[in-house]
Amino acid sequence: MPLSETDIQAIWLTLRLASVTTLLLLVVGTPLAWWLARTRSWLKQPVAAITSLPLVLPPTVLGFYLLILLGPDGPVGSLMQDLGLDTLPFTFPGLVVASMIYSLPFMVQPLQNAFAAIGNRPLEVAATLRASALDRFVTIVVPLARPGFLTGMVLAFAHTVGEFGVVLMIGGNIPGETHVLSVAIYDHVEALAYDNAHLLSAGLLTFSFVVILLLNLLNKRSHPEMFR
Amino acid sequence: MSRELRFFVAASLLAVSQALWANSVTIAVAANFVSPAKAIAEAFEKESGFTVAVSSGSTGKLFAQIVHGAPYDLFLAADSRRPRLLEQNGRAVSGSRFTYALGELVLWSPRPGYVDSRGDVLKAGRFNRLAMANPRLAPYGRAARQVMEKLEVWGELRRRLVQGENIAQTFQFVASGNASLGFVALSQVYATGGSGSFWKIPSGLYQPIQQQAVLLQRGKESAAAGAFWRYLQGDEARKLIRGMGYGVVMEGLRDNNAPE
Repeated sequence: MPLSETDIQAIWLTLRLASVTTLLLLVVGTPLAWWLARTRSWLKQPVAAITSLPLVLPPTVLGFYLLILLGPDGPVGSLMQDLGLDTLPFTFPGLVVASMIYSLPFMVQPLQNAFAAIGNRPLEVAATLRASALDRFVTIVVPLARPGFLTGMVLAFAHTVGEFGVVLMIGGNIPGETHVLSVAIYDHVEALAYDNAHLLSAGLLTFSFVVILLLNLLNKRSHPEMFR
Repeated sequence: MSRELRFFVAASLLAVSQALWANSVTIAVAANFVSPAKAIAEAFEKESGFTVAVSSGSTGKLFAQIVHGAPYDLFLAADSRRPRLLEQNGRAVSGSRFTYALGELVLWSPRPGYVDSRGDVLKAGRFNRLAMANPRLAPYGRAARQVMEKLEVWGELRRRLVQGENIAQTFQFVASGNASLGFVALSQVYATGGSGSFWKIPSGLYQPIQQQAVLLQRGKESAAAGAFWRYLQGDEARKLIRGMGYGVVMEGLRDNNAPE
């Protein structure tokens, strides 16, 4: 049975959402993880707790609050309207914002662990050789933390692909805009179109398995390098 | 343990579980009908002495659960399709299917004076987003689509539609202000105190939303299930159902094989 046009559209949309989310999370998550790994501020634990919240919060709670916060009557939504912008629910940018919050810990925690594992010594040595802060980060931290970056990106991507509850609550099911793969599967099941549901579900299952397998293989290979 | 004693223990356990089973009825109720079902269950419990356990979910999910052996005695669906399928595949007692409520569709906005009594707001189109339930999944969504097609605004409004997976989510989109207005159930507007403004859509603009109930095989021999099944068709229950914003089929017209 071939995939329908809306299903193919849903797959592309999902890949686009996961890619954009992962790239933006890399930009936001790297400094946050660096700060969490290095700081001695009393703020560290509260910030770490907030970062990890999406791990334990039911997606419905997240979706419900986002719907209220981002809606035209909510604080964020009314601010956006005052600035002449469209409100975020039911839009692709809205899903990106929601996915970034939802997948934040999956990017930050591997990075934070990788940064913490490097320790002070390599950076101090580089500093005595007059490497600038940026130089030290790019030439020492990034290569040493490579497994962390890899794990964070893959997990953030995969977790966004599997996102469901939040999208369901703020998406509004618009083809090409918010009708993602997990929602498409849900719709098929609800409509008793089990064949279509099987097709997409089996695809997603295979994808998830391959991603995790590849991640494990890559990390296994890159670990020895770290200590060379 | 002697053989006699074992037999005795087994028999008494069976008797106890039989008694428990016979005194209670478990009903699976479509999400939109949970509050009326609870009100009816309460009245029924007082009158009959039986107890009622209410499980709720979307009609599609409950259907899938029943097909896979979920322990329900009675199924109150949001449509007629799923009860009919259960009857056809033998999961439901044949001939037990009837329409217990008719869904009433309204165009609603939480803003007073926003929706006029003829629905002209749809044609004027001065709104950002219009919410409806997914027409593929939800009977209220299918009805909303029929209304827009009849009014010849479907093509024009399509791009501004946002869809909830069910009627409860659709209501939430409108209530939270994320959509200016939406097609929701009259019962939902009643349940929130009838605030805002709404247009009760003439029944000629959409096919009736027949919410049907069936007695499931598990409830076939249960006195409690049978009693509740009869109670649901009685005047007391019908009065409660009407009071909560649903229509009921007129007496004498309760045709079990009503057309789609």
